[in-house]
Amino acid sequence: MLCSAILALFFMQQPPADTIDWDEEFSVETVERDPSTGEVPTDPYDQSNANAGAVPFEGESMAARFGGQDGIRRIVERFVDLNFADPRIAAIFEGHDEVRLRRTLFEQFCYILNAGCDYTGRDMRSSHEGLGSRKADLNAVVENLQQAMHEEGVPFAAQNRLLAKLAPMKGDVVER
Amino acid sequence: MNQLLRYATLPVALAISHAPVAAQDALPEKEAVPQPSSIGSFTDYNAKLLLTNGVSAIDGASGGGISDWATIAGRQESRGVGFQAHVTAVLLPDYLYQSHGLSVGIADRLELSYARQNFDTREVGAALGLGRGYTFNQDIFGAKVRLFGDVVYGDELLPQVSAGAQYKRSLDGPIVNAVGAAHDNGLDFTLSATKLFLSRSILVNTTARLTKSNQNGLLGFGSHANDGYALHFEGAVAYQFSRRFVLGGEFRSKPDNLGLGEDDWLDIFAAYAPTDNLTLTAAYADLGSIATFGGQRGAFLQAQIAF
Ligand code: HEM
Repeated sequence: MLCSAILALFFMQQPPADTIDWDEEFSVETVERDPSTGEVPTDPYDQSNANAGAVPFEGESMAARFGGQDGIRRIVERFVDLNFADPRIAAIFEGHDEVRLRRTLFEQFCYILNAGCDYTGRDMRSSHEGLGSRKADLNAVVENLQQAMHEEGVPFAAQNRLLAKLAPMKGDVVER
Repeated sequence: MNQLLRYATLPVALAISHAPVAAQDALPEKEAVPQPSSIGSFTDYNAKLLLTNGVSAIDGASGGGISDWATIAGRQESRGVGFQAHVTAVLLPDYLYQSHGLSVGIADRLELSYARQNFDTREVGAALGLGRGYTFNQDIFGAKVRLFGDVVYGDELLPQVSAGAQYKRSLDGPIVNAVGAAHDNGLDFTLSATKLFLSRSILVNTTARLTKSNQNGLLGFGSHANDGYALHFEGAVAYQFSRRFVLGGEFRSKPDNLGLGEDDWLDIFAAYAPTDNLTLTAAYADLGSIATFGGQRGAFLQAQIAF
């Protein structure tokens, strides 16, 4: 008797209205990716090669040691893969726009190595603000870059020459 | 830990003979994604870049083999407490030097170190009337503070600069006094600057040391004729062949308070990290004249573990 009353009440319930926007209700922000580039739009900023944070190499020799744009692209792809998969630092990268990072990092390295690109990303300070990364995280990133350059066969001295361009950025990319 | 012990007992010579080959294939072609390693709540993963904690100098401080650098021991950065332990032997024509020690690096800021030096005089002991195999011993307690700068990052012209002090205590008071030393213990003060010039793959260190030490303190401190502090210089230059392998040379000037013809020191060294926590160092060292016995050149060998 009681059982059938409960069942009856159960079936009399209104189904939840499908007009409720549950994302809105739980303030979930949905990312709208650009349909052609697959990137999440950023707040506007001034585009300039100066945002790359380093003076590029002169001549072609560095670009050649990195295998030109093709080599640089492979290095950046592997570098980003390693960073997102690295348990030491994955939490910092998680949820950030990987598509954009692959493009801007490629542009930055290609620009600095004088391999024929312009850098269109943000400057190092504003793009790393609030990430809370420490010097230890930077070391992890450097190790991953070394690994990616090594796999591409970049001679160690040339690897260091690129790192020499990046090393002065520490104050901008590390907060603690 | 078992694995560590196994590595620690690897014959040093074997690793050295492999070093040049290893320099090229120091990293396997496709290395798995790095895994964090931690030995406790004090330590992070290996937070420092390989070899940037230096090796253990004979004074126990981190640096090269015979000179102290501005580096901080252990593989931790700003949040961690790192550890470093080493065993060193120097095989000389007339003597056998051995030392071991432990150091702690706190937040990549403060380094505290302890080293025990044992200097076996072998046959010379008999010639000097001390008895064959007489062994000089010394304890060294060191503290070093990183003042500013970074070995790797920041402006290439701004080195990492550290200041240090070392309290040295000879355990052979009556004998070093008999040799003419004024004291059986003393303090050294150091100021070091170290930088890895990435654009050239060259690491440079310079250290200024105020000291009274005779043969590093093994023969006491100062003399009755000459008991003042003197300013001495230590330099090191090393070329980085890979993340795991460097080759370099060092120089260390020393006083001659006892008038025994004490010489400056020189070496050529190779340091190799077969694993992330083990560093093997081999050097050819020229320690000149020691207690009037000249031509003390020989092999410096060290195994160090660091976390
Ligand atoms: C010198 C070293 C570094 C360089 C050259 C570098 C370069 C870059 C570049 C070019 C971008 C893209 C900027 C843009 O979107 O306009 C970026 C973004 C980013 N970087 Fe770095 N980076 C460095 C160090 C680090 C470190 C140490 C971390 C943390 C472990 C890190 C984490 C990130 C993250 C999470 C983003 C995405 C930010 C966002 O989505 O807004 N980076 N970096």
